[in-house]
Amino acid sequence: MALRLKTPLNESDARKLRAGDSVLLTGVIYTARDAAHKRLCDLVDAGKPLPFDPMDAVVYYVGPTPAAPGQIIGSAGPTTSYRMDAYSPTLIALGLRGMIGKGKRNEAVIASMKQHGAVYFGAIGGCGALLSKCIKKAEVIAYEDLGAEALRRLEVEDFPVTVIIDSFGNNLYETGRKAYLEQRDGK
Amino acid sequence: MREITASRITDTVARLCVEVNCHLPQDVKSCINTAYADEPWPIAKEVLGRILENADIAAERSQPICQDTGMACVFVELGQDVHISGDLSEAIHEGVRRGYTDGFLRKSVVRDPLDRVNTGDNTPAMIYYEVVPGDLLKLTVAPKGFGSENMSRIAMLRPSDGLEGVKQFVLDAVMQAGPNPCPPIVVGVGIGGTFDKAALLAKKALLRETGGHNDNPFYAELESELLERINALGIGPQGFGGKTTALAVHILSMPTHIAGLPVAININCHVARHITEVL
Repeated sequence: MALRLKTPLNESDARKLRAGDSVLLTGVIYTARDAAHKRLCDLVDAGKPLPFDPMDAVVYYVGPTPAAPGQIIGSAGPTTSYRMDAYSPTLIALGLRGMIGKGKRNEAVIASMKQHGAVYFGAIGGCGALLSKCIKKAEVIAYEDLGAEALRRLEVEDFPVTVIIDSFGNNLYETGRKAYLEQRDGK
Repeated sequence: MREITASRITDTVARLCVEVNCHLPQDVKSCINTAYADEPWPIAKEVLGRILENADIAAERSQPICQDTGMACVFVELGQDVHISGDLSEAIHEGVRRGYTDGFLRKSVVRDPLDRVNTGDNTPAMIYYEVVPGDLLKLTVAPKGFGSENMSRIAMLRPSDGLEGVKQFVLDAVMQAGPNPCPPIVVGVGIGGTFDKAALLAKKALLRETGGHNDNPFYAELESELLERINALGIGPQGFGGKTTALAVHILSMPTHIAGLPVAININCHVARHITEVL
């Protein structure tokens, strides 16, 4: 049974989530990949404001395909998250509450999530067509020159994600595999 | 001498790029269907169900299955009795340019690995040529996403590492990759040749009909054993745990040097795109 949550996501809601929870997200989320993250962190280093308010925000690691005529957005599934590891702690320290991607995160990101109360969600990689149906509005708000990697503001409705790493450091990639193996081996 | 025009090659490549990015190949779909039926773990079964649903939505709306529509890898088998009127390589690049632009596919190529400026049209294609007897031209388009490409590995093992060393290297690579390459994966393994040839074999192994076997019974058996051992790791679809970590293991081998045992592993995600047309 999936939990319905609205963005922006406050710390109290984020702290209630546990690795393995299915969540349907509704509200505004922001897209950013490698190149946009680098620019965001350069702005932070220079003491300049970001193109969006990071407090309680959720960032989606995605570079969608171009929208065909009549489409809101093209296919839009998650990209592999570890490439953003170098940048995430900087954004989490500014209040970033959620990240949506796929794949592992490093210890520095997890430590920062625990400290500030952030959550790492996974969307199903390779399901870009299905996920695009939950995106109701999309607009580029910065870095248009980056093409697919531009920073977009998305409005999503019941966007399906799974909590991979919660704000206490529990990790579905470890617990899910362990639970399956224990059940398989009859332990 | 048979004549094939460059423009016909461009048209074909453009069409294949769009077709293969929007329609999951039947062999891959059938492997996922089998995995779905065999998967005992609920969350894993749910993920496989979503993957199948996604493929149906993509086909119905003629939209890409995955937003990473890949680097366009194009394998060419050129019959030596074929004459191409025009520039063959440029014809292929133009086909990719047209397919990715007109087909609303993502442009994921940067002009230089360090300055990282997007070329804007997904060119250049990665082209692999092979000259073969005959008067046919065979084109295989296999767009490769980099979530899985980044998890690929190569090792120059010692001959004394032998079969066990090869098996361990494959299992370690899959385990280290974990959830990153979007399991269930297809594992291409190249054994032998030189450093570069091993990598090429691993990539070419991914072009084979998914789930099909090497003609050599020894390697066919090794494929089955590795698939079973990979699926015993418990990584599961998306790394959430479960039985289905890989859909297939494909091995290609070739002669090598007395001092060497090169092994390369090219991992593909579950959107294992490949399409072939013969002109």
